[in-house]
Amino acid sequence: MTPGEPLIRWDWIATHLDEFAFRLGEHVELTVIAVGVGFAIAFALSLVILRAPRAEGPITAVAGTLYTIPSLALFALLIPYTGFTILTAEIGLVGYTLLILLRNIIRGIRGVPADVREAAVGMGYAPRQILWQIELPLALAVIIAGLRIATVSTIGLVTVTALIGQGGFGFLILTGMQRSFFTTEMIAGAVLSVALAIAADGLLVLLQRRLTPWTRAA
Amino acid sequence: MANARGATVEFRDVSKRYPGQLAVDGLSFTVPAGKICILVGPSGSGKTTSLKMVNRLIEPTTGAILIDGADVLREEPTTLRRRIGYVIQQVGLFPHQTIAENVGTVPRLLGWPTRRVAERTEQLLTLVGLEPTRFARRYPAQLSGGERQRVGVARALAAEPPVMLMDEPFGAVDPIVRDRLQNEFLRIQRDQGTTVLFVTHDIDEAIKLGDRVAVMRAGKLVQFSPPGELLAHPANDFVAEFVGSDRGLKRLGLLTVGGADLDTTIARGGVSPNAPVLSPAMTLRDALVRMLASEAQVGAVVDRDRYLGVLTLSTIARMIRGDT
Repeated sequence: MTPGEPLIRWDWIATHLDEFAFRLGEHVELTVIAVGVGFAIAFALSLVILRAPRAEGPITAVAGTLYTIPSLALFALLIPYTGFTILTAEIGLVGYTLLILLRNIIRGIRGVPADVREAAVGMGYAPRQILWQIELPLALAVIIAGLRIATVSTIGLVTVTALIGQGGFGFLILTGMQRSFFTTEMIAGAVLSVALAIAADGLLVLLQRRLTPWTRAA
Repeated sequence: MANARGATVEFRDVSKRYPGQLAVDGLSFTVPAGKICILVGPSGSGKTTSLKMVNRLIEPTTGAILIDGADVLREEPTTLRRRIGYVIQQVGLFPHQTIAENVGTVPRLLGWPTRRVAERTEQLLTLVGLEPTRFARRYPAQLSGGERQRVGVARALAAEPPVMLMDEPFGAVDPIVRDRLQNEFLRIQRDQGTTVLFVTHDIDEAIKLGDRVAVMRAGKLVQFSPPGELLAHPANDFVAEFVGSDRGLKRLGLLTVGGADLDTTIARGGVSPNAPVLSPAMTLRDALVRMLASEAQVGAVVDRDRYLGVLTLSTIARMIRGDT
């Protein structure tokens, strides 16, 4: 930090709003791809587990192992193969979402009351109709709870991907550090990523309320 | 409302074997079209298993179940279930659907046009005593237990099924609501003409609702007869004990004064003034209570203003014994 420099230079912030918007776009893109692809994979794996419960142990063991690898270490391991690319970043980011999403999808579907399922079968729903029209809608609240955790933690991890050449708000933190600790830029990057996480979480809460009106009826 | 015609349901030597246990053992009986058959027995008697074999939630090990002569095992299960109404004790309403959507379930599965589903839904809610404008858009969580069970019955009747299966449908509501739901159920069943198989462990419910009562024990059918017959002539000690030592009184509750042999040799003027006045529609049980309370040996039976004769205690005694 340069002596005599204030912690935050508001004039610098005012002249860099365009860059913030650009970094926001990058950050959101990295996050959406990670959570989207992660959800698709977790959903497919959940269907496998629901159909063949014996697969649950091995699948969650793999997802759990992925989850425990420190992020920077994982990126370092991938770089020799996939380089400083968005692919490297997304492999890591997707890997971290799997365990949380998988657990919540399965917990949500298994949480459907037995009498509801029995009534559905007894009235002539086909198995596929039960999944899409009964089980998934009823599991939605729990699934979205999983999406919230996955999204918030992915937004945090995207900040780290600046180290392997990706953009997003982490880029601001990194360049701030490289410019002999230009605190204004570092703080801007940090505050913006926190704000994005809070906003995304809030949006998902709203989405959940919108999609599950019956949970508020009592 | 179009009366759905009920179908005949026949069990033909049906058994269900689980590893180490014979849950249902050679069950054979026929429920005539449009009648209510109550399957009653202690827990573990195989009554629910028998019920669930009709819509193939459980597959029989041997034997056949025929609906209007057609073997249910030859039909695709989901198609079969869509034409059999199904009501369970926990109701199993879909929490994420409104009451109207719940009731419209089977018509929707059958691909009825939206307009027709909506009309039918409204009709059914009215039938079960739930004002459509008040209830259609609510969610199940916003209803009381009794209201939910009415929705369950409406949902089961939606596509005018010829057969309806009910598994202890009124078991989880309080006695006052249960009594009201039973009466409404009888009214609706008479109106719709649906054949009903109904499981309960409550003998009073069986006697009140059943056209036929199938008493089961350890997977076997012990007796299959109309309720009056069951009370008058229990097939064995097990049935006698199961229907209760007050079965004579229960039987009187099923019979009316009008159906009894009246003594017409005594003129109106010859009847003691403190003898109670009885109407032909009154049950013999109520008549007996009045006669005992007034310490009279007889009751004067009067239809509106017309004197029909006297009912005596010895006539009632004969009917308790089932001599008539």
